[in-house]
This record gives sequence, structure tokens and C-alpha cells, in this order.
Amino acid sequence: MPYDPTAADPATTTAEEPPILPADRHTGCPFDPPAELTALSDKPLRRLRYADGHLGWLATGHAAARAILADPRFSSRYELMHPPLPIPGMPQELPPAMVGDIIGLDAPEHTRYRRLLTGRFTVRRMRRLTERVERLTTECLDAMEQAGPTADLVQAFAQPVPALMICELLGVPYADRERFQSQVATLFDQTADAQAKGEAHTALLRYFDELVLAKRAEPTDDLLSDLTTSDLTDEELAGIGGLLLAAGLDTTANMLGLGTFALLSNPDQLEALRADPGLAEQTVEELLRYLSVADPIPRAALEDVEVEGQLVRAGETVTVSVQAANRDPHRFPDPDRLVIHRKATGHLAFGHGAHQCLGQQLARVEMTVAFPALFARFPTLRLAVPPQEVPLRERSNIYGVVSLPVTWDEE
Amino acid sequence: MSDPRERMRLSADRDRCAGAGMCALTAPEVFDQDDEEGLVVLLHPVPLPGQWAAARMAVGLCPAGAIALDSPDSTAP
Ligand code: HEM
Ligand code: SF4
Repeated sequence: MPYDPTAADPATTTAEEPPILPADRHTGCPFDPPAELTALSDKPLRRLRYADGHLGWLATGHAAARAILADPRFSSRYELMHPPLPIPGMPQELPPAMVGDIIGLDAPEHTRYRRLLTGRFTVRRMRRLTERVERLTTECLDAMEQAGPTADLVQAFAQPVPALMICELLGVPYADRERFQSQVATLFDQTADAQAKGEAHTALLRYFDELVLAKRAEPTDDLLSDLTTSDLTDEELAGIGGLLLAAGLDTTANMLGLGTFALLSNPDQLEALRADPGLAEQTVEELLRYLSVADPIPRAALEDVEVEGQLVRAGETVTVSVQAANRDPHRFPDPDRLVIHRKATGHLAFGHGAHQCLGQQLARVEMTVAFPALFARFPTLRLAVPPQEVPLRERSNIYGVVSLPVTWDEE
Repeated sequence: MSDPRERMRLSADRDRCAGAGMCALTAPEVFDQDDEEGLVVLLHPVPLPGQWAAARMAVGLCPAGAIALDSPDSTAP
């Protein structure tokens, strides 16, 4: 079936032919879901036509999304899923998860890996890293200030803070960053073709193969070294290392970049945060909800399951739209406004169910430290280009800004 | 609501727990996670009334349905 992006326009979609997933992340406001998706959010769960012709589902309601993600009858195994949008150069059947990619596994395999990792990412352990994050943040801000009074906030701040942190946790030398930063970006890029993705993945794994050997030979005080004492094979260790690195590099970084853009675009909210840094934690939750950078989350029904009064049949793919669910007006009144005082907890930005983000407590600590520190250091921080010229990651599994040119007044 | 004999009882199922930490984040006086597997540890199976609101919220937020509560007006010992 030829792929026709215009078919997503509900105005041209007939009652008989289900819509397809809107491909672009936004149409007007860079922070809002595309208008086509909002138009499809009138029902919490609806039919969706997939790239290969499969007739599946789109979940946009908060309650429906939560129910699906919490239900083990919905599988995370890629090989059971149909991709909603065509992947360039990829056969329509998705391959199963590579070794170590626990996002694509179900219980009990998933549980085994997850249990080896969760103890390392507890609330308490991550809070103990606060001081370390503060120090890294200060170093990045110092460097940014010295090179100022202009900067690309992505290069100077949003990327290095979480990258330094995950490298340190894993035991990956930060100096090796050129070897993996662009590969990670390729893995999440929806426009990259299958071959480019494959090469990026192979290169990342090769890097971790070497690293695992080094850690086995000479363990250091880090997660990867610790895991070498478990019963994981070298291949599993390399795969898990690659997943944690990719997840840790590209997610928080996009929240920091896009979140700064959002706060600069909502001066009253930024003022409220500046006036009371104690609001940092709830500001972070609200930004997570409002921006929903990791989207969508796919699942495949293993059995017939009733959701919201509709029967999802075994074998059907469901695309859970996190960005739509986090703007569900039944759950979050006046959802399209960024309101840092609201109770945003219960958002699905980290997913829900057995796969709910492993690194969420780390991401929370990073953001709770980084946002207030940035705005305290540069009270006059502002965009250096008109907002419509900020380049956006239109088609990536992780949404964000490509760069964020900023400037400030020097004292 | 103000009957002093009323109790809230919590239970936690470590087999279902996904170690996501929403409980320890939301109601740190009531829930913790162990350092080994990051699974839920119930600090106060019968929380004080001042901890009820946070405990209730944690039950609602748990992604794995691993913590449950018996309503305050059910059995008191
Ligand atoms: C603000 C930043 C982040 C966001 C928005 C985010 C979002 C998500 C989402 C939505 C999922 C669920 C995927 C699914 O159910 O299929 C997930 C899973 C995961 N995240 Fe994050 N994440 C963030 C930061 C991190 C960090 C810093 C790490 C690094 C350790 C990380 C590691 C993981 C891992 C390993 C999984 C897979 C868990 C599993 O399948 O059991 N994430 N993340
Ligand atoms: S919120 Fe639920 S899944 Fe997460 S640690 Fe607590 S009990 Fe476990």
C-alpha cells in the first residue's frame, strides 16, 4: 500500500477508511500535538490503519492508555507488532529485540533482566546522586558562561549534563563520546533507513563489547563492572549497556532542551519557578506531561481484550499515544496550558506498567537540579532567534529541539 | 472518617512490583525500595492518618498494581 501522508487529514478520511497515524510531531505550536492527532482524540480508542495495511488501534485517552500499558496481555515484543508508519528500507515485519534490549521483551525474560537493574535505579540511590549532578551542572554552566553571552543550549547544557551522568554511572569514558553520540541519534531517528540504523547499532555494540571485556579484566566502581559479577553473558552485558547509554543520553537531554524552550515561551510560569525554586519538582512533572517527548508506545494484543467497551483482537497492534493521553482533558483540565502549579503526577511520560521507565528517578533528579540552576545563573536568558526558527526533531522517537540558540546579558 | 478505630491497611506484592519507585517517590514515609532489586518495601502496613493521602496516591500511581489498600472502615483488630 503506498504511503500517503495526506490521508491522515480527518477531513479527507471517510467513515469506512480508518485514519493513519499523523507522521509529524507538530503542526503549529512546537509544544502541542499535531492538529491531526488532536482531531483523532475525540474517542479514547479508535481504529488505525498501519503502514503495511494492518487494521489496528490508536489509544489517545488517558484511562485507555493506562489500562493497555498495565495489562500483560498486551505484549512489548516487536516481532508481534505492525509499525504504524513506514520505516525506510525496512521489511514490514519487525525483527525481535536484539540481545539486551529489554524494552522489546515480555515476562518472564523481561522480569529477569529488569530485576538485575531496578536496584541500581531506586529513588534513594538516585537522590544520593544529587550532589554529583549539581557539580556537573555547575561545570557546564561555568563553561557556557565563559564562552558567552550566546550559546547553543543543546550543545552547552542539555546534552552534556545527562551524558556526563550516565557515562559516570555506567562506567563509560566520557571522552569516547564522539564514538557513540551520533549513533544513538540515528537509532531514534525515524527518517534514518534500516541500513543506517543497523550500522549504528552494530557500532554501538562493538564499542560495548570492548568495554565489557575491559571491565571484566579490570573492574571499576560502576554499573557495568558490577553487572559483570551477575550471570549475564558478554553479549547481554553489551546489549544492556547500549540500551542504558542510548536511553540515558537522548531522553533527559531532549527534556532539558525542549523544556527550556517551553519555559522561555511561558514567561509567567518561568517567573513563578524563579520566585520559588521549591516548585522545581512539580515543574518537572508538568513539563514531562506537557512535552511527552517519548512517543508513541506500541503494544500487540496476545489475546482478545476488551478496552473501553471495544474488543481488541489477538494479533492486533495498539499504538499508545503518550502525547495525546497526557493532554486528555478528562484527566488534566485545560491540558494545553503549561501550568507548573497543577498536579501533573499520573502522566504517562515514563510509560506505565512493567516497562515503566527504569531511569525515571535519575531523570527527575537531573531535571530538578538542572532547570533551576540554569535560570538562576542566567536571569536574562532568552532565545537568540525568533521562536519559529528553532529547529525541531520532527520525526524521532524522542522529540526535542535540534539546537536552541540562546543569549543573555553579561554583567 | 474521624473514628479513631479506623485503620488503613496496606499490602505490597513484591512479585508484581516493577521497581519503578513511584511509591517511594510519592509516600516516602510509607514505602521504600530495597537496594538489591529495587522492589517495594512496606515501611508502615498501617500508616498514620497523616500519611493516608500520600499512600492512597501511591496506590493509584503504581504502574504494576503491586500495592493495595483495604479501606479504612474495614476490619480493625
Ligand atoms: C525524561 C527522560 C526520559 C523519558 C521521557 C523516558 C521515557 C521512557 C518510556 C516512555 C519508557 C517505556 C517504554 C515502553 O513501555 O515501551 C521508558 C523505558 C525505559 N527507560 Fe526511560 N525515559 C527517560 C529517561 C531515561 C534514562 C535517563 C534512562 C537511563 C537509565 C532510561 C532508561 C530506560 C530503560 C532501560 C527503559 C526500558 C525499561 C523496560 O523495558 O523495562 N530512561 N523510558
Ligand atoms: S510503585 Fe509499584 S512497581 Fe513501583 S516500586 Fe512501588 S510497588 Fe513497585
